Amino acid sequence: MAGLQQPHAVLPAGLPGGKPGSGHPGSGHSLDGGPVVRRGRAATFIRRYKLAPYLLLTPALIGIALVLLWPLVQVVIFSFQNYSLMQITGAAPTQWVGLANFTSTFKDAEFWLSLRNTLLLAVVVVPATLIVGTIVGVVLNRLGKKMAVFVSTAALMAWATPPISAAVLFYWLVNPDGGVVDWALSKMPHWLVGSTNWAQYNWTTTGAFQAYVVIAVLVVWQSFPFIAVTVLAGLKTIPAELLEAARVDGASSWRVFRKITYPLLKPIFLVLLLLSVIWDFNVFAQSYIVTGFPGNQNEYNLSTYLYDKAFASLPPSYGLGGAIALIFALILLVITIGYVRTSVRQGALT
Amino acid sequence: MSAESADLSALRPAARAKADRVSAPGASRARAQRRARWAGLNGFGVIIALVTLFPLFWMVSTAFKPSHEIFSLTPSLLPSHPTLGNFREVVSGQVSGIGSVWLFFRNSLTVTLATVLVASLVSLLASVAVARFRFRLRASFLVMLLIVQMIPAQALIIALFLDFKRLNLLENLFGLVIVYAAQALPVSIWMLRNFVATIPRELEEAAAIDGATSFRIFWRILFPLVAPGLVATSIFAFITAYNEFIVALTFLGQAHSDYTLPIYVTYFFGRGGAQWGPIMAASTMYTIPVIIFFLFVRRRLVGGLTAGAVKG
Repeated sequence: MAGLQQPHAVLPAGLPGGKPGSGHPGSGHSLDGGPVVRRGRAATFIRRYKLAPYLLLTPALIGIALVLLWPLVQVVIFSFQNYSLMQITGAAPTQWVGLANFTSTFKDAEFWLSLRNTLLLAVVVVPATLIVGTIVGVVLNRLGKKMAVFVSTAALMAWATPPISAAVLFYWLVNPDGGVVDWALSKMPHWLVGSTNWAQYNWTTTGAFQAYVVIAVLVVWQSFPFIAVTVLAGLKTIPAELLEAARVDGASSWRVFRKITYPLLKPIFLVLLLLSVIWDFNVFAQSYIVTGFPGNQNEYNLSTYLYDKAFASLPPSYGLGGAIALIFALILLVITIGYVRTSVRQGALT
Repeated sequence: MSAESADLSALRPAARAKADRVSAPGASRARAQRRARWAGLNGFGVIIALVTLFPLFWMVSTAFKPSHEIFSLTPSLLPSHPTLGNFREVVSGQVSGIGSVWLFFRNSLTVTLATVLVASLVSLLASVAVARFRFRLRASFLVMLLIVQMIPAQALIIALFLDFKRLNLLENLFGLVIVYAAQALPVSIWMLRNFVATIPRELEEAAAIDGATSFRIFWRILFPLVAPGLVATSIFAFITAYNEFIVALTFLGQAHSDYTLPIYVTYFFGRGGAQWGPIMAASTMYTIPVIIFFLFVRRRLVGGLTAGAVKG
């Protein structure tokens, strides 16, 4: 939702150390469970019909329904209509067009290109983020206090950087005119960085591959801290004696991780994996900036492709945009269902 | 979380004690090995920190460089003639052509604080409902929250744009606050729910027996105890609103004077002209406050994140 990767409801899913279901002893026993004392008539009415929870929920439900659920319904409706500027002004009637928006989307080479870009980014960035984040989390757990504070502060700063700031900053780092990355690469020996002429190498317009290398590094840089912090929190639940005993017995760090840490933290990794996939599918701000939207159409991902069809094309086609949004939402829904099932199985609803 | 996490070095004394018990002949070799491992670990830590910090360092460094140094063929780490010129240009508003950075700062701050206020209040009420009452559809509501928090803004933006256009809420900050507050709700309710659940019911029951009304119980007992949780959710709402891009980009259109910081930076960036000094100065002014904020609230941030982990 927000560009920055954030404390979504990750950990309500529970760590292995926690006891799922023990949070709420008793049920049906609550604020309204006390003896009857003198109350106003409205209060009596609320109590008699057990309305209190519904009243408390009403503002939240209205907000979520109007801003999140109703627009979703509308997008589904648009995707089967020829909705555009003419229909908004009333110059032409709104018509149902069946699956036309979907078929023209599937016929559009740009759609497949943007789907490919989206998938490739996720395939590279998800494992990279998880691996880097986990390594940093494990290292943080073993560093001395001062050093750990230093490293985690650095990570926190990358995490805190707003996506737009980070994207503009990385665009500048790889800029052909004065960017420090090209300068550094051009100074490195050829055996290390290949024989490309790196001076004034253009990362953002040469091709989709180059642009996505930049986006991938940028997204990993911004999202590994969250993984690291979460893994660290998980590691704290593992008794230190367990790890120490293994180490004293001569087990290597890798073996300790594979035989003790990983099995115990598996539920966390599962949740982090699903969340990372969802986040990396949603990369918009970074792609918008780095690919110079709406300049290079072969560098679109699903988000920028959708945005182009709905807002940057002339005339804007809300029907087409709706169809793409629906496809996009369905892909995410599959992943989300996996996430919800995992969370529920881990006792998130108790 | 915060208390346990404070002692990151808890492992080390234990390790030392155990290793010291190892027999004498192998002791010096073991010590050398331990020292090598310690050096390796710390070296690795330093590398991680430096690589992570470099981009931010470069942003600030560029912001203080005069333009001939920015485009110099051999860039230097630190500005050799540091200048405030870039910041001056950003503050005067000449270089972006749409106004002083302070205007956009004020817009961002207004939207963010209003979002925090609305989202906290609404999610507090809802979290009490799900943490304290058993009612029909409670589980459905929770699952619904989990699902809607995953709906990307990109998928909704078309409908939101058209709806808010009809309501005349585009191109003003109020419309943004409504969207941001609603977007922050699902996660905020989840987080707060865990905090409310940790407060002993007995407190409320005792108050109820003493004849306190539900409102009084809520206001005098629950609210003060859940305050730390509110801080955590406020942080979340703050970040959501301060960083949000796609909705602001779509809603604000050409209403320059209502731009929030990310839209201002994007506009500035999109104008081209290679104004890297002023652009980095603007980015710095956008980024530094939120970094300071993160560092300031880091305990709560991590605590809020792992609130679910320590339940039970």
